[in-house]
Amino acid sequence: MRAALAGDSLAYKRLLTALTPFLRRICLKACARSGMPTGDVEDAVQETLLALHLKRHTWDETQALTPWLAAIARNKMIDAARRRGRQAETDIADFEDVLAAPGDADAFERELDRRDALRLLDQLSAKQREAIEAVSIRGESPRDAARTLGVSEGALRVSVHRGLKSLADLYRKATER
Amino acid sequence: MKTEDLIAAIAADNQSRGAPMSRAFAVDLGAGFLVSAALFFATMGLRPTFFTSLGDPRFVFKFVFSLTMAASGFFLAWRLSRPGADPGFASKTVFLAPILVLLASLAEMAATPPSLWAARMIGHNAVHCLLAIPAMSLAPLAGLLVALRHGAPSNGRRAGAAAALAAAGLAATLYAMNCPDDSPFFLAVWYMIATSIVVGFGWLAGGRLLRW
Repeated sequence: MRAALAGDSLAYKRLLTALTPFLRRICLKACARSGMPTGDVEDAVQETLLALHLKRHTWDETQALTPWLAAIARNKMIDAARRRGRQAETDIADFEDVLAAPGDADAFERELDRRDALRLLDQLSAKQREAIEAVSIRGESPRDAARTLGVSEGALRVSVHRGLKSLADLYRKATER
Repeated sequence: MKTEDLIAAIAADNQSRGAPMSRAFAVDLGAGFLVSAALFFATMGLRPTFFTSLGDPRFVFKFVFSLTMAASGFFLAWRLSRPGADPGFASKTVFLAPILVLLASLAEMAATPPSLWAARMIGHNAVHCLLAIPAMSLAPLAGLLVALRHGAPSNGRRAGAAAALAAAGLAATLYAMNCPDDSPFFLAVWYMIATSIVVGFGWLAGGRLLRW
């Protein structure tokens, strides 16, 4: 984490990848405790990763990393539980026969996710959307993306950062309602 | 979105990072306090006897009390601003100011005849105190809440209440420079009520505003 904060993106990526199973375990445990469907776990893990990223300046380098991470995950799980409290849950067992179309259902769900994501993206400013699309979705390196979009690399990074932040806000608003 | 994709996107965004917490606290609280100080000098100003009273232990104690409150609230808010931080010792310091005013009140009881107690407690203008302290704490409270939003408190309400204690302490420090009542009895009743109003407000505001 120290290397990551010092600007080493590769170390950051390695760290996040290594942390994901740990976060997933915390989220799974919390899900089990609050009786949340385990299907929501991956969402919670991703929200935790995003929160960790946006709030990483709050980590005190002299303190252990784990309690800090666990607290972020807990906060996100509370959010998730609160949201779930507002949603009416329908037991899908009754519709099992109707819904059981494995390949199709999966593709359908992916399509829904994709649309949700695109709808959120549409709410960003053009600059942020283009930056996010290039870096996060098409996977271009910031330098290439900056060249294609005709902006400086720094400006592009700022757009990606602001875009991620607004996406987190939008996502929260969309799911809290 | 797959988790690996998210990780890649996040890692690509490693360059831009939030300012350090210490700067956020210093800038936001500093700005809030300046607004309140400007408000104070524009509308109230120092009391005429300000400089001659500096030798009076009662007058000086008002600032000991209010600054203790501000410092303990600030200390606690600072500790609560990070996820998973253990406030530990900081949460106990908030009792320091009430204990001080209690001890000072006991000293005041020993030093003054009981016939004066009621008059000193009611003071000259309690309503003014109850309005001025909350009013002047708004700007520092707003500043601290902005700083806390920049951070990530695990418990928004508690962090909001701690911020409010700090803000009320600063407001009380300003107000004490104008307030004609110096008795610890007055502090123990009216300053404490005014502070409780602000802390209650901070608790509620923190619960709403400090989610992340």
